[in-house]
Amino acid sequence: MLDDFLVRAALAGLGVAIAAAPLGCFVVWRRMAYFGDATAHAAILGVAISLGLSISIFAGVLVASVAMALTVSTLSGRGYAMDTLLGVLAHSALAFGLVGVSFLSGIRIDLMAYLFGDILAVRPFDLAVIWAGAALVLGLIGWRWSALLTATLNPDLAYSAGLDPKREEMVLVLSLALVIAVAIKVVGVLLIAAMLIIPAAAARPFSRTPEAMTFIAAAIGSISALGGLQAAYSFNTPTGPTIVSLAAILFALSAVMSALRAAPR
Amino acid sequence: MRIVETESLNVRLGGNLVLRDVCFSIRRGEIVTLVGPNGSGKSTLLRVIIGALVPTSGLVRRKEGLRIGYVPQRLHIDPTLPMTVKRFQGLPRKVGEKAAKEALEVAGIPELAERQMTRLSGGQFQRVLLARALLDKPELLILDEATQGLDQPGSAEFYRQVEDVRRRLGCAVLMVSHDLHVVMSASDRVVCLNGHVCCEGEPEHVASAPEYRALFGEGTQGALALYRHHHSHSQGRNEADDRSEAAE
Repeated sequence: MLDDFLVRAALAGLGVAIAAAPLGCFVVWRRMAYFGDATAHAAILGVAISLGLSISIFAGVLVASVAMALTVSTLSGRGYAMDTLLGVLAHSALAFGLVGVSFLSGIRIDLMAYLFGDILAVRPFDLAVIWAGAALVLGLIGWRWSALLTATLNPDLAYSAGLDPKREEMVLVLSLALVIAVAIKVVGVLLIAAMLIIPAAAARPFSRTPEAMTFIAAAIGSISALGGLQAAYSFNTPTGPTIVSLAAILFALSAVMSALRAAPR
Repeated sequence: MRIVETESLNVRLGGNLVLRDVCFSIRRGEIVTLVGPNGSGKSTLLRVIIGALVPTSGLVRRKEGLRIGYVPQRLHIDPTLPMTVKRFQGLPRKVGEKAAKEALEVAGIPELAERQMTRLSGGQFQRVLLARALLDKPELLILDEATQGLDQPGSAEFYRQVEDVRRRLGCAVLMVSHDLHVVMSASDRVVCLNGHVCCEGEPEHVASAPEYRALFGEGTQGALALYRHHHSHSQGRNEADDRSEAAE
């Protein structure tokens, strides 16, 4: 079954959609969208480093994303304007990555594959990495779920319950870096943030609890991944962008439905 | 028995010495109110006690495994975060259906369990916060200006509930409040903070002090007097210590 590249692509897309759902919800609740972007953009720097050092792309991207995530969370709350800081770091990492890759003249590199993903080229080994990463992230988030939610609501509420909100934030930040490292193959650097945020945002109007929002986001993400794959195959469009486009359409539908529901009859 | 105690506590925030040489303690079952002008470090002291701030120097001692119920001054819930009252009560520790229901009944809001937190009125919100803080059977209940935004009857009702809670759970209560008449009736001890402990003692004792009249007189004159308020602090504190020792 795994011999079929379409089956592998579908499984890869599902893995990323499911792992991205709880993280995407936290990114939305904590207003960390830019943070996700910056971490994702650092991934292209990771690609350049891995190619330069001939190490696995996954390892290089993971290291770069973690480094970016830690840098940002260390610098935050130290008097820097956060959006400016993230803008500087995100695009610097992207630019340095692109410049770095251009030095590697020996190899012909299809940079598009890293910027927009190449889900149809997912090998069985990639699939194993994606699902292992997804399982690790889901395990971590599931384990810290209550603590993370409390810290997201109010840090002092977490402290008073004997929790350390900074440690919880670190769990979130590291999970984010991990999801980005495994998702680069599927949707690419430029669209990872979209896979985090759009399903979560689309799930919000239909959710009464944080848990419900996470499950609905996972469902919307999965529909986008599978439907996007199907559509890309039928219309011969690039897969990553097609997946994100479908997610965006679902978001628009959700927004319209919620507006209709709220409107006085 | 003291459940929280600070010794020569100094806290510096952004270059300002917000708390200096604060010695404070609270005993089991005691209701203590912190009063003081804005920026006097009341919230800072509470945040040190819950462990959210590490003091620059000095000591904080908490009873081993102390359970704290905390009602923050303001709790902003992001509109993107769906949260029913019932779900909120189970944070961070899951509670049984029955316990959660009972807590809301005691708080007088059993009908709100399924309501979204962002749809509650100010008074309902505070009651939910209090109900949640009590679910863990705290030994110390901390209220940071918990009645801000409530009207007079609303806050009176809130404090009646706090007293009721103390009677039932026997927990100590530490609160910051501006509702001074309520403070007077509900507290065992009043601590006046202005960067350091200005004075403390039983409400009647503090009330009869001329400083108190200067502090809490009616209208703006009283408010202004609060800022001009300087007197021999160490003496006041020792006196209060003697009194509470004698009371034991």
